[in-house]
Amino acid sequence: MGTAVLEERKQSIITRDFACSGEGFGCERASVAGSVSQRACVYCGARVVLNPITDAFHIVHGPIGCASYTWDIRGSLSSGSDLYRNSFSTDLREKDIIFGGAEKLARAIDEIVQEKDARLIFVYATCIVGVIGDDIEAVCRDAEEKYHIRVIPVKAPGFSGTKSQGYKLACEAMMQLIRPHYKEQEKPQGVNILGDFNLAGEMWIIKNYFHKIGVPVVSTFTGDASYDSLIRAPQAALNIVQCAGSSVYLAKCMEEEFGIPYFKVSFFGVEDTTNSLLRVAHAIGRPEVICRAEQFTAVEKMKAEHFLAQYRPHLAGRRAAIYVGGGFKAISLIRQFAEMGIRTVVVGTQTGSKDDYEVIRHLTEDDTVILDDTNPAELERFMREMRADILVGGVKERPLAYKLGIAFCDHNHERKHALGGYEGVVNFTQEINLSLNSPVWKYLRGA
Amino acid sequence: MLEATPKEIKTRKALRVNPCKTCEPVGALYAALGVHRCMPHSHGSQGCCSYHRTFLSRHFKEPAIATTSSFTEGASVFGGGSNLKTAVKNIFDIYNPDIIAVHTTCLSETIGDDLNSYIESIDIPEGKVVVHANTPSYAGSHIVGFGNMMSGFIKYLAEKSQAKTDQIAIFPGFVNPGDMRELKRLAKQMQVHYIMFPDTSGVLDAPNKGHYEMYPQGGTTVAEIRGLGAVKRVLALGEVTCTPPAMVLQAKCGVNFTALPLPIGIEATDQYLMELSRLVNTEVSDSLTEERGQLVDVILDAQQNFAKKTVAIYGDPDIVLGLTAFVLEMGMIPKYILTGTKSDLFSKRGEALFAKFGVSGCQALNNEDLFTLHQLIKNDGVDLMIGTTHGKYIARAEDIPLVRAGFPVLDRYVHSYMPLVGYRGAMRLLEMICNALLDRRDRDAADEDFELVM
Repeated sequence: MGTAVLEERKQSIITRDFACSGEGFGCERASVAGSVSQRACVYCGARVVLNPITDAFHIVHGPIGCASYTWDIRGSLSSGSDLYRNSFSTDLREKDIIFGGAEKLARAIDEIVQEKDARLIFVYATCIVGVIGDDIEAVCRDAEEKYHIRVIPVKAPGFSGTKSQGYKLACEAMMQLIRPHYKEQEKPQGVNILGDFNLAGEMWIIKNYFHKIGVPVVSTFTGDASYDSLIRAPQAALNIVQCAGSSVYLAKCMEEEFGIPYFKVSFFGVEDTTNSLLRVAHAIGRPEVICRAEQFTAVEKMKAEHFLAQYRPHLAGRRAAIYVGGGFKAISLIRQFAEMGIRTVVVGTQTGSKDDYEVIRHLTEDDTVILDDTNPAELERFMREMRADILVGGVKERPLAYKLGIAFCDHNHERKHALGGYEGVVNFTQEINLSLNSPVWKYLRGA
Repeated sequence: MLEATPKEIKTRKALRVNPCKTCEPVGALYAALGVHRCMPHSHGSQGCCSYHRTFLSRHFKEPAIATTSSFTEGASVFGGGSNLKTAVKNIFDIYNPDIIAVHTTCLSETIGDDLNSYIESIDIPEGKVVVHANTPSYAGSHIVGFGNMMSGFIKYLAEKSQAKTDQIAIFPGFVNPGDMRELKRLAKQMQVHYIMFPDTSGVLDAPNKGHYEMYPQGGTTVAEIRGLGAVKRVLALGEVTCTPPAMVLQAKCGVNFTALPLPIGIEATDQYLMELSRLVNTEVSDSLTEERGQLVDVILDAQQNFAKKTVAIYGDPDIVLGLTAFVLEMGMIPKYILTGTKSDLFSKRGEALFAKFGVSGCQALNNEDLFTLHQLIKNDGVDLMIGTTHGKYIARAEDIPLVRAGFPVLDRYVHSYMPLVGYRGAMRLLEMICNALLDRRDRDAADEDFELVM
């Protein structure tokens, strides 16, 4: 108990005892060396954003590890190709490190194109390629000319920044892909959905809502996306951004280059889902769309509230801890817990921005602990001190929560069901309830 | 699923598709978790550490701790010395382990960080230890990394001694905690005083106590690793994984070793027990003889269900060789055995097993990937697959039952608690293999062929 907190970490923690002002809050910076950080790297950031593009070849140019660890890990679903669920790499060996790996990469691309009908290849350069200096841009350019397909380099050495830097690289790669398909005279229509990765089919749920209220969806980034669907994106009238941390940069680029306006949305929780749908309807501005959106959300909201009312007695008064990747998701979860009668007592993110943390402070109570880029020791300490009953997090946090005797819900790659939209409210509430009220806890507490 | 796999096999020289291995550092991290109160430390970018911890957590369903040097652009230009120094100080201040086990990554290796001199120049608190291993992922697989980390511990800690103890060192290789427990149980039954190194039982299969222990009770202690230099002999179980560290110990401390196959199946378990028996002069106990007899009995009971069935086995070299030996003892045909780790020894030992049991048309492939395995199966199918979770796409595409064994298993539970080694482990394997085949027969049977008694 009471594990000490590193001096360097104190600025990234807000508690009742040592609050630093929101202005001085330490986030968006490199992790402290020696910390058991839960955070990943630049390559990881780029890969998770691009990986759901279903008919792309994702080639990792580097030694094998980075390809192994990212082989089909996201749980993003596809309605078409399953190419993206394979792992392609150059598996660089010692002699490639010494003599350079560019030739091997060119050959790997040849081996793909000669065997398969490739239209889109992403080449990810990992750490050592950044050091040995392979000119992967040249290799990709040559391959594009040779085969008349798109071969897009993603220079993502792990050391070159944080995971957020990787998101940005992914956005730039997507801009490279879609930029040539922008035509000025085209009449705008429909929306692009950015920052949803179709985990457990969530993109399909959201698309279905838009279908119901009469808003065409032009393209999705990147959940269930394909080459053909992505290049339609410049025709859209509006971009909506769900996972802002990863995709707001893409929206900004599209606004600047194609004149497509954007705003942030969230489809987690009743309130956020309802507000997001209404906001999109109003932005589209057609009266029949607004009318349908109002009707649809009113019905769904009523159903969801009726559902939540049944569960609230089982959940009210419980205390939640949140540790997720991005700030926007954390904010949605705080609201969603509030809808369930659960108070958020610890909240942290891997990559939240200063703005995110400001919002989090306003949404939570004074004694709520706020953490950036935390580690298991801090999580343990603050979850104990704040008497959290449930943790929402990702794969590395799950076993930690269970060991602490705390319930858990995966809101990351390993979510067991769709957690987005009104359907997600039902699934999320049921999962929280099952985990909090599992019969097995009494054997642990009795021990 | 996997519609894109063509039947025609073309030689690939540059492209790796669907690997059957991963990188050295995750093996090093796993080995270090088998040392009591040890903090594994990844000297590289922070993504490496995050991936390794995630990968291990997905397999073991347990927390897997490790720290990272969190390389930035600066560190990759000027070297990671100061990152390591800061990290070591922070780790001892905050997490208070007995020992830090540093492993390198492809990044720190490529920029040429000299870990020996870094560690020498760091102030290490009294009574604490920092060791390291070089684990460049471009040079070997996670299996090599596991062995390299063992060698790292030995190089730093094992103490040469003229007087030998009556202890036997058991190197279990890259296996589950459930296997390590079983190997220890067998050794105890043989009344052997042993040091198991490394030992992740009690660490990655620790019970739920309602509180989090950063350092659970299990693991080889630093004192035990020091004592490796004085043991009577080393049993290196799994030749590919454990021979290199056993040779390091031999060179440093003059301790001899016997390399044995992983004790999977009848003969390999016999060999393990006979070797223990010879070393400590005890008889194999009645209870172990009974277990062996039970295993032989169940093979006979069920053999008509698996005899002559063909099987593809893939994964890490020593586990695949062990499984191959056992399926041959069961009368099955291991048509393809494959590992992603580069190891000519693997292919040689595989061929020797085929010859010994007189089976023909079988292939033993090393340094290969699961795309190749899929193509082989497309050209000439098998009745069963045994291996890691990553084979499930092939199993689905070709509609072949899959028995999960080895590392990693990401989509099933409890496996890491249960052994594959020893007679009990073999009995469990037999049950899994037989059930997979019989479930399949039930599923495929027409109503008129559907049987109650099988």
